[in-house]
Amino acid sequence: MQALKKHVTPRSIKLTPKPNRMSLKIVVLAKQVPDTRNVGKDAMKADGTVNRAALPAIYNPEDLNALEQALRLKDRFPDSKVTIITMGPGRAAEIIRESLYRGADEGFLLTDRAFAGSDTLATSYALACAIRNLPHVDVIFCGRQAIDGDTAQVGPQVAEKLGLPQITYAEEILDIKDNVITVKRRLDRGVETVKGKLPLLITVNGTAPACRPRNAKLVMKYHHAKTITEKQESNDDYMFMFNARPYLNITEWSVNDIKTDVNWLGLKGSPTKVKTIENVVFQAKESKQLTGTDAEIDALIKELMANHTIG
Amino acid sequence: MNNIIVYLEIEDTTVADVSLELLTKGRSLANKLQCKLEAVAIGHKLDSVGTQVFPYGVDTLFVADDPRLSPYTSLPHTSVLVKLFKEEQPQIALMGATSTGRDLGPRVSSALFSGLTADCTALEIGDHEDKKEGKTYHNLLYQIRPAFGGNIVATIINPECRPQMATVREGVMKKEIYDPNYKGKIKKLDVAQYVQESDFAIEVLHRQIEKSKSNLKNAHIIVGGGYGMGSKENFKMLYELADVLGGEVGASRAAVDAGFAEHDQQIGQTGVTVRPKLYIACGISGQIQHIAGMQKAPSSLPSTMTKMLLSTTSPIM
Repeated sequence: MQALKKHVTPRSIKLTPKPNRMSLKIVVLAKQVPDTRNVGKDAMKADGTVNRAALPAIYNPEDLNALEQALRLKDRFPDSKVTIITMGPGRAAEIIRESLYRGADEGFLLTDRAFAGSDTLATSYALACAIRNLPHVDVIFCGRQAIDGDTAQVGPQVAEKLGLPQITYAEEILDIKDNVITVKRRLDRGVETVKGKLPLLITVNGTAPACRPRNAKLVMKYHHAKTITEKQESNDDYMFMFNARPYLNITEWSVNDIKTDVNWLGLKGSPTKVKTIENVVFQAKESKQLTGTDAEIDALIKELMANHTIG
Repeated sequence: MNNIIVYLEIEDTTVADVSLELLTKGRSLANKLQCKLEAVAIGHKLDSVGTQVFPYGVDTLFVADDPRLSPYTSLPHTSVLVKLFKEEQPQIALMGATSTGRDLGPRVSSALFSGLTADCTALEIGDHEDKKEGKTYHNLLYQIRPAFGGNIVATIINPECRPQMATVREGVMKKEIYDPNYKGKIKKLDVAQYVQESDFAIEVLHRQIEKSKSNLKNAHIIVGGGYGMGSKENFKMLYELADVLGGEVGASRAAVDAGFAEHDQQIGQTGVTVRPKLYIACGISGQIQHIAGMQKAPSSLPSTMTKMLLSTTSPIM
């Protein structure tokens, strides 16, 4: 981490210009989420709890915007490397495959029971430890927020844990030169252009360009990419292939692989606790149905005027 | 010590509405907890902030005034708050769930290892009994917020860590002057003691903030249009109606996405929270995310809700 913090750009004069030879080590933090945008009637159980089975698991939408920004940097500087880190249960490996299909180079799945029950702070701690476990990082991208919690906290908290500056709500990278990045941000009521020196963390807004589709060649290349758990479960005969093609191995990291203090993880490491959860049912306390005759509308207008709602 | 502190968002020397709304809420929580209400202003040319906020019942105003602190950037504002919170040990810290508050809050909470709940729709004081540990906590801040796309409402608490931090969206709390003659003290902070040179890592090159055109959150009467209106053309009828009634026009996300209305007219979980007396919904099916923008707590829907629907079955009823 010291190397990250003391990263400086040497100001020596270059005798031979090396255009586009900049190579960046890019990390994308992505999350698999239940699709809360298309919640059907069966999404809530009778007892008021969420019926997760009825909600498909998807790539968090703004994390896809983040992935696109990472891939665009790689398009510009082809020697760059895009690494995906995701935390979740075994099935979250799907996020890594989806990223590989679009042009990412490698992925790590943080999966361990010790992570369960983490709030945003404990999650940020785990992700920060995972990033520290990588040899070198220039820029970290993540979506502004995840649609299951809408908190927008993990990005800034990871930046804080790593001691890096943050640029939130990024919409476009305008320039990157001599390790200085210029970014356009989308604010509640306006836009802002900021610049800062790498390394830093950028959260990407949903208004940024959508992610490119899967690339057919990459789907062919990576569709057998699996984590060790998936390999064990599938019981298939491909072991020779994984040995011959190491890029098909999706690395799983447990608590022990990323040098964490378990006191900062899971429920223990989460200062916020959920006291109660209520299912939201909106029902009018009193309701009246009018059929729309002139007399009824007349009466309603008089009633609204009498109680000073209008007029 | 152990007071309530509100981070004031300041644009062009004016304190944002969301901060005044939080001061109003903070004052009532402070009265309940019998503690003081404090506010912190970070920026430049802050001389008028005191007169703006004291009527809302602020007992102490901390001022960190330095040209480098305006416009807002994450690191220096974080540094001021982190050091100030360490010194003052507030029990509750509130900030707006705006571009600024949502950038700053998580960073401060991470540095202090204190829990933060985003986008609360209600804040209450209450007790908590932890049966497993056999502990009882008194006077905790209940941070109430919708979750899971608005389908559930969760009450979050921070039993052990202080301050208990929460962000609240603009328009969710009511803004009310506490006492026009209320007088608090101003404490000026020596900025050099609070920030370091390395905090100025991000430079703002250009900043363009627009004033909000629509006045939805303060409107007593709202005519809301949904996707069922069919076209931008048909929305004109809603403007006519709103004009006659002296109200404003709002829209559902589907209508905004379809280009029938502007983004700042969007009511709902990802848009503006409104508190009208009369809401006339036209061509709105009443998705939960839309209704979520019409309440500060599940029990307080508008006193009169009229619907004119193109479909006959709708959750609004």
